[in-house]
Parts: sequence; C-alpha cells; structure tokens
Amino acid sequence: MAEQVRVKNAPSAIKRKRDLILGINIFLFLLPALFLFISILIAPIIVSVYRSFQDWNGMSEGVFVGLKNYRKLFSNSVTLNFVVALKNSLILAFFSVFVQLPMSLGLALILGRKPKGERFYLTVFFMPVLISTVVIGQLWLKIYNPDYGLLNSFLRMINLETWTHIWVSDPKTALGSIIVPTIWQYVGYHMLLMYAGVKGVSPDLREAAMLDGATPGQVDWYVVIPIIKPIIRVSVIFAVTGSLKAYDLVYILTGGGPQKLTEVPSTLLQEQLFLANKYGMGSAISVMLIVLCFAFSLLITAVFREKDN
Amino acid sequence: MSDKKKTKTVDFDTTYAPKKTNPAVKVIITIILIIWTVINLFPIYFMFTFSLKSNKEIFGTNIAGLPQEWLWSNYSRAMGTGNMGLYFLNSIIVTGASIIISLVAAMMATYAITRIKWRGSKLTNAFFMLGLTIPIQASIVPVYVVLSRLHWLNKYSTLIVPYSAFALSMAILICTGFMVEIPFDLDEAARIDGCGLWRTFFEIIIPLMKPAYATIGIYSFLQCWNEFMFANVFISDSAHRTMPVGIQQLSGSYTTDWGPIGAALVIATFPTLLIYVILCRRIQESFIAGAVKG
Repeated sequence: MAEQVRVKNAPSAIKRKRDLILGINIFLFLLPALFLFISILIAPIIVSVYRSFQDWNGMSEGVFVGLKNYRKLFSNSVTLNFVVALKNSLILAFFSVFVQLPMSLGLALILGRKPKGERFYLTVFFMPVLISTVVIGQLWLKIYNPDYGLLNSFLRMINLETWTHIWVSDPKTALGSIIVPTIWQYVGYHMLLMYAGVKGVSPDLREAAMLDGATPGQVDWYVVIPIIKPIIRVSVIFAVTGSLKAYDLVYILTGGGPQKLTEVPSTLLQEQLFLANKYGMGSAISVMLIVLCFAFSLLITAVFREKDN
Repeated sequence: MSDKKKTKTVDFDTTYAPKKTNPAVKVIITIILIIWTVINLFPIYFMFTFSLKSNKEIFGTNIAGLPQEWLWSNYSRAMGTGNMGLYFLNSIIVTGASIIISLVAAMMATYAITRIKWRGSKLTNAFFMLGLTIPIQASIVPVYVVLSRLHWLNKYSTLIVPYSAFALSMAILICTGFMVEIPFDLDEAARIDGCGLWRTFFEIIIPLMKPAYATIGIYSFLQCWNEFMFANVFISDSAHRTMPVGIQQLSGSYTTDWGPIGAALVIATFPTLLIYVILCRRIQESFIAGAVKG
C-alpha cells in the first residue's frame, strides 16, 4: 500500500526535491560572489544611507539629525565646501567630455584610416592608462616643480620667464594642473574604445559611401561616428562618473589646496573621516557620490536616446 | 540595429584603404601622430632618466637629457632605505590574492547565471552589474568602521577582501561574454553522461574558459596594483603597505632628493610595462571587452 502511494505522488515529490537541490546548488555557486559583493558594497551603502542622517563620530551612538548633513553640504562653509568640490569635479567632467573625448575620437578616426605605424601609435597612446595614478601624479609634480621642474625650465629656456608659475599652489593654475594630467592619462583609454568601434565598421559601408563620392572626412562624419555612437555614450558616462570619483591625482598634486580651492568630493570625504571624525557627514558625501554617479549615467543615456529619435 | 552589433566585434585586422587621400592631409595626420607620441612618451622617458641621475644633473646641468653618469645607487636606495622591495612584495601578494579570489567567485557566479536555467538569473546579473557604477568611495566609511572595530586594519586581508569585491563586477561581465560563447550542447551532453552541475563546471567550463582568465586577470591586476585610496586609508603600518602608498610616503621623506623617487616610480611601473609589452593586444582587448560589452 505504502509503496503505491509513494509512486502516485512521485512525479511532484521528485520534482520538488530536484528543484530544491538545484536551488541549493545555484546558491552555492553564487555564494562567494554574493558574500563579497554584499559585505563590501551593498551592505555598507545601506549603512551609509542610514548614517548619513546622523551626527556620528564613528565611536559613540549616532544621533539622528534628519537632513542636517545634506543641508550643511549645500550651504557654503569654510571648513566644508562641498559646492566648490562638486563644481571642481564638474569642471573636470566638462574638460573630459569636451576636450579629452574629441581628442580621443580624432585619434581613433585617424588610426582607423590605417596610417603607417598604426599598431605602434595605438600601443604608445594607450600606455599612460596602465601606469598607476600615484606614479603619474609624482611624475607631474616633478614636471610642475617651480624651481627645477621641466615646465618652468622649458619656459625659462625659451625666454618666457614671466609665464612661469608655482603651478600646483597658485590659485589660478592649481585646478588646471590637475586637469592636464588627468586628460593626458585617459585620452588613450577612450581612444582605444572608439578605435575598436571604428574598426568594427564594415568595410562595405565605407566602400559604398566612397563610391557615392564621399571624402574620407565625410565618411568619418556621416558613416563612422553615427555607428560608434553607443561607444561614445559609454565613454561619456565613464568620463563623467570618473570625474565625480576623482581622488588620486587631486590628493597627490594639490591635496585640495591652495586654500581648499581644488577639493573634490572624495578628498572632502577623507578629511571628514580622518581629520574631523565626522562619519555622519562622510556618509552623506558618499551617498551624494552614488546618487550623482547614477543620475549622470541615466541622464547621459537619456540624452543619447533623445538624439537618436 | 545590426550596425550596432557590428561595432561590438573587435577585429584589428579589418583593412580598408581610402581611395584618395590628400597628401597635405596625410602630412598633417603624421605630424599630429608624432606630436602626440612625443607627448605620451616624454614623461615616461623623463621618469626613466631622472631615476638614474644625481640631484646636480636634475637640478641644473642636465634636466632632460640622458644621464651623464648612470647612478644605479638610486635604485638600491629606493629598495633599501625606501623599503620599495617590501612594498613591491606586498603589492604582489595583495594583487595576486585579489585576482585569484575575484576570478574564482566570478567564475562560479557566472556559471550559475548563464548556464543554469532559473528564474531570477537575469536579476542576479543586473544586481552584480550595479558594481560597475557604484563608486568605491561609497563603501569606505562603513567598511573602515567595521574593520577598525574588528581590529582588522593593517593586514593583507584588509585590502584583499575589498579589492576582490571591487574587481568582481567587471570579472563577471567579462566572464559572461566568454561563457555564453561555449556551446550549450556540451552541458547537455555532460548531463546525459551523468555529470552533475559541479562536475560540468570543473571538467568542461573551467578548461574551456582559459582564454578568459588572462583578460580578467589583466583588468583586475591593473585595478589592484594601482589602487590608492583604500590602501592609503586602511593601511598605516609599513609592513603591509602597498606600492602606491609607499611611493607617496617616499616622496614625502625624500623631498629634495629626486633620484630615489624616480627609481621608486620606475620600480612600480616596470612590471606593468613589461606585461604590456608581452601581452599588448590581449590587454587592449580586455579593456575593450570590459567597456563594450557593458
């Protein structure tokens, strides 16, 4: 009797058991990744959001203060000038998008025309991307050095003594001295992505356009660029979010100075934590960074979609 | 829409020759390429040369030329008193462990996402892809507080665990690109032969994914080898300091002596450039894979 009953229920019971085992296996496969991802990224972000509404020094119990931290971020204060920091990273983003990316695109299009030494140029132009930002920062500090640096020495050599500056600590040139190496380092990165796109354009399409009498320039403009638009979108997103996250080069070149004029959100974040012990405020800055990164990614995607229609 | 697809295949060898190129344009193009080459290489050349010079040369007689006297002692000073040898080793340990952990975790997760059919696999993938947009600064406050309460600062694992997590999203993204290319018939055949999920994973997927390892490894290597913010914040004792922070410290203590700093910069950059020279195409492809598939 018992035997019969079991047989009757077998299909669903076995299936259920199989599903359970499958589920356990899937979970086990995902476990290491989930553990790392949740413990280091997701959970801390949730905690950050929670703490950003608190006045908290990292040790004692936090006190809920509502939106006070956020309000403070956007009211100009001398010790914590988030508005200036945000403005600086937006200036950096502006130069990345409107100076760096056109340079990258130009180089990618040029290399797409198969000049002699194409591989060599590609290899050289990508090289700075691989070098640590700390090394780049130290190297440029030596270039900017007011007394012995390459830049001032060069200016003296060509009798432009008056153009020499104390580049990283002169308020007029400090931000510029951060922007130049940043652009220099990553032109090659965006160039490589765009070059891959340019190379992916089918030769038939070019041929057809050429047969219709288009010049190489026109082919680039009317055929190649529209096709690689998705890549350009990715580059714009990377350039803008990268600028919002900027930290290394700022910390090394100017440390946020002179007079806190070149602070960016991440350097402020670090100061709030380790100089001021203001963990609640630091959390608020973290949360602002996440929100801004996602908001700009969505905005850029929307702008590109708008243009398509 | 099919055009969009075409941009995704990377083919370095596709050739096309424009029929008529204005010679003047050609000259201008060559000049632009040469100028940009010089702008790219000069700082690197400058770094190599001043790492071998004495202060006297750097500060006056010979700023940009080749060293007159090759001062290898700069390197021994950077390795010795500058501790760069230890920092180099630390960087290798931290980077190596992070690459292995993130690779294993990513392989397993990608297998579950792409090759097992279940509801929620897409959602899980999207969840992991959040990591591509989330700035790592976002987690620094809580992670720091937790680690310091657990007395877990100043260890190798203090950096290895976060680095593995940060490398994970990109590793899963690249892994997925490679894993969907493996014919699904293979899994089917394995199952008919009585292989379970794990055996299929170990005996079929892992060997067939070999080409992916270099691509993922390169990406994670650069990310971990060059990481500065977490290393700067989480490690305060010199025994576990990694190279980027070590250089920063060294430049603070050798402000007037450029040679050893130059040597330290070269020591930190040399492995990367060496790998680049050997695996140039692979590296470029891994960056393209990371961005274009995203």
